[in-house]
Amino acid sequence: MSATEHGWLGKLSWESLVFSNFLESPSINEAVASAAGSLVILASIAILGLLTWYRLWGPLWRDWLTSTDHKKIGIMYIVFAIVMLVRGLLEGMVMRAQQAAAPDGFLHADHFAQLFSTHGTIMVFFVAVPFLVGLINFAMPLQIGARDVAFPVLNQISLAVTVSSGILLMVSLVVGQFSTGGWSAYPPYTGGDFSPGVGPDYWIWAIVFSGAGTTLTGINFTVTVYKCRGPGMHLFRMPLFCWTVLCASILMIFAMPPLSVAALMLGLDRYLDFHFFTNDLGGNMMNYANLFWLFGHPEVYLLVLPAYGIFSEVFSTYSAKTLYGYKSLVIATMCIAILSFTVWLHHFFTMGQSPTINIAFGIATMLIAVPTGVKVYDWMATMYRGRIRFTTPMVYAIGFLILFVIGGLSGVILANPTVDFQVHNTLFLVAHFHNVLIPGVLFGILAGYNYWFPKAFGFRLNDKLGRLSAYLWFAGFMLTFFPLYVAGLLGMPRRSFTYADLTFKPYMIVAFIGAMVVLAALITLVVQFLVSIRDRHKTRVPVGDPWDGRSLEWASPAPVPAYNFVELPTVTDRDEFSEAKEHGRAYQRPKNYRDIELPKNNPLGFILCVTSGILMFALVWYIWWLALISALAILIAVIASTFRKETEYIIPASQLEKDTEAWLALVEKSEAVSRDLEDSPRNVGYSKLEL
Amino acid sequence: MANEPSFAQHLRSYITGYILSVVLTLAAFAAVLTIGRENKSVLLLVALLGIAQLVVQLKYFLNVTTQREYRDNLALVAFSTLILLIIVLGTVWIMGNLAVRMHATM
Amino acid sequence: MNLSSSSKSPGSIGNAHEAAHRDPAVVIFGFWVFMMSDLIFFGVVFAIYITMVGATAGGPGPKELFDFGSLFAQTMLLLTSSLTVGIATVTMRHERSRASFLFWVVITLLLGIGFLTLELYDFSEMASKGGVPSRSGYLSAFFGLVPLHGLHVTFGCLWMLVLIAQVFTMGMGQVVKLRFLRLALFWHFLDLIWIGIFSIVYFGGWVYG
Repeated sequence: MSATEHGWLGKLSWESLVFSNFLESPSINEAVASAAGSLVILASIAILGLLTWYRLWGPLWRDWLTSTDHKKIGIMYIVFAIVMLVRGLLEGMVMRAQQAAAPDGFLHADHFAQLFSTHGTIMVFFVAVPFLVGLINFAMPLQIGARDVAFPVLNQISLAVTVSSGILLMVSLVVGQFSTGGWSAYPPYTGGDFSPGVGPDYWIWAIVFSGAGTTLTGINFTVTVYKCRGPGMHLFRMPLFCWTVLCASILMIFAMPPLSVAALMLGLDRYLDFHFFTNDLGGNMMNYANLFWLFGHPEVYLLVLPAYGIFSEVFSTYSAKTLYGYKSLVIATMCIAILSFTVWLHHFFTMGQSPTINIAFGIATMLIAVPTGVKVYDWMATMYRGRIRFTTPMVYAIGFLILFVIGGLSGVILANPTVDFQVHNTLFLVAHFHNVLIPGVLFGILAGYNYWFPKAFGFRLNDKLGRLSAYLWFAGFMLTFFPLYVAGLLGMPRRSFTYADLTFKPYMIVAFIGAMVVLAALITLVVQFLVSIRDRHKTRVPVGDPWDGRSLEWASPAPVPAYNFVELPTVTDRDEFSEAKEHGRAYQRPKNYRDIELPKNNPLGFILCVTSGILMFALVWYIWWLALISALAILIAVIASTFRKETEYIIPASQLEKDTEAWLALVEKSEAVSRDLEDSPRNVGYSKLEL
Repeated sequence: MANEPSFAQHLRSYITGYILSVVLTLAAFAAVLTIGRENKSVLLLVALLGIAQLVVQLKYFLNVTTQREYRDNLALVAFSTLILLIIVLGTVWIMGNLAVRMHATM
Repeated sequence: MNLSSSSKSPGSIGNAHEAAHRDPAVVIFGFWVFMMSDLIFFGVVFAIYITMVGATAGGPGPKELFDFGSLFAQTMLLLTSSLTVGIATVTMRHERSRASFLFWVVITLLLGIGFLTLELYDFSEMASKGGVPSRSGYLSAFFGLVPLHGLHVTFGCLWMLVLIAQVFTMGMGQVVKLRFLRLALFWHFLDLIWIGIFSIVYFGGWVYG
């Protein structure tokens, strides 16, 4: 435990490298691990090589890594999340393959346990959260008519620590082993007595640092929505997405601390011989379960609320109708946010507390179905008598509506403690939460990606391939997870790397076929991206409004200039941009041009990304001198940055005038295109007024 | 900031808060040291004195009042308190119940 | 939290071109939100402490370990520093001399350091009686909570040192003033947490432990 037991490299040695195991005892199990490790190394080398070959280091540094622009930070979040999504999905495939091949699987129990631990950790903390945070970063300030988020440098720091934690997880593929304790890392199994390796330490530091980033993001978004709205943008004029962002941000602020506390206490147990969750000397591991789910349940809503927001925008835009029941949707969102703090016990009904407590929490859980039901009806009513276009985001939204209701209903079943006792810890639960998270969150972020992509890059994604990908997702999801409901009811425990009862086998084979369909969906997404880049000259939308949008983000050119709006729009109504187009207030020349002040680039985020990454690695491997140096470097970098005096730069009015005049001239000569032609090359982002 | 209080008024607010806090602290220490050894219900008194001191410091030091200018802060503190109570009381309820059922000393 | 507020955005009043991160209303509100997140952080650790009051595992408990004399001194030091940081705020807001402002900041800093010294002395006394975190769940909970507050105070002291340096290098401009206002809020907040610590950790632990 103490520093003296290890050399100057701590626990690190040649044997820590994943390849050494393969060389010593070659097997398929080790080959899979080594292949994953090699993939990480080769991909890193390839990226570094390409950047050098195309001389992109300068632009990367100036335009991205040091940028404080919320749109660019948002895009970086999304790129990071997509990389992690690929890893998480591949891990899911390998697990499905193992269970389909069982009882003659090819993985060892330990390796399988690492897979489900990283899969869960990555999908929740490094895919869903950063993808949503990225979309919010990109869209929310535009929607409320703001120049940037409230604290641009803080935004950069949040991204930095999230990415460095993600890189730490990637490093765990190559050096040492990740935790085998699941994404929830329950002690005492993850404590020092039962997991003496570095695995749980990887988990702890990745969670602590990315959790801090998420908390700071929550603070940033809350203040932005609350205090930085443009003129006339009353709270009840905000697009629904911004409301869901506000509620999700509040969840980030209040739900992340219990997780940080739980992870840090587990760390104290492991590093400094504390006894919070140990078996002996008065430790109480049930405290951990309680803390973890105090975070864990609000987390679910933290993820799904912004996705609801995206779907609300999508339903309204592609039905060409104002959102039905706006106020009821707002109230339902707030109800869900508050109720989400009152149901955490349903994750451990079987712990041993009295039935009275179980019933209280069971009822609270069922209550959440009420506001969620309100939302579903509102969305259906939004489509009713709308002029619906089946574009990619809309296909995702309709798939969500159907599949998510099934997942939600299985949740209501699980909310009944007596039922939960039967299916606790079985694949039924795995099926349930994938059934809410995939249609709810993943479809939401993919819809958002297709929806806002032209705004970010100035050209549309290929809609045909987008829809194909969506349908493959639906099919793959259903084939993979519906059999798990049955296997769970039959009693198959979750997280089992093998099984003796062959009754489960057919379900596992169907699930594996489903996983292959999901893989096809993923490949289609990649192909869609590449094809769209190839065809970008035919799909440009420089005017900026390809979908006949209703909210303010569509009121500026695509891609959006750094300053967002030449003149902050004065909002008079909900669906402001629709109203503006209808009343001829859109595409107006500003009365006068004034200089705009924007935050300068700042290297702080990048410095913190590197130093925090080194700090985490040093802590995991007990390299104390390095931990000390990197911690001091973090402190010094933060303090030094507070001494910066020139933190703003000015965009002169002349520049604004030039940009705007060019854009308005473009609007002038562009053809207004009807909604039905939005997928044709004629759509340059100038939509025809259709009532 | 229409009618910004004067220097003396401002200072008086802090000093009032300080004196009240000192009195409440003294009362809490005195209560525990005199009757705390035999009477566990002294904690009720300590809790009341503690809450009183929280309110005093929020009002005089942190300016959390019902004035319009500070209403955002008041709403924020009220909401946070609600979440805090859910988390702390919920935890104590669940873990306490569990301890009783497992015959453990909590 | 936004339910009851007026729907007019305070951030939109005034110069629309002013960067949000320098608008006092935005900055101070942001810091309030941070403190509330920190409050939950503390609250969770308090809850753990409460559930572990009896878990002494045969080791020393509150009755053997607590020193109310030192506790009272710490309480008074911290409370007084809350007053002095308040006086510094008032001198700053009413634009009194820079010397008087710095005087009150330095007094606060010294009180903070005094508090930390006493606290560390207390911990070493506890350790000498066998009260170390590795001894029992109860002591782990104690040393998870009280030093957490101490770390916050340490951070506050460091912040004060940085601000004193910035008063000299950057002057008493808007940026430094806003930073000091946040520091003062933070310092008051730590005193609020301390009320919880002496009431629940020390008194509660002593009566029930």
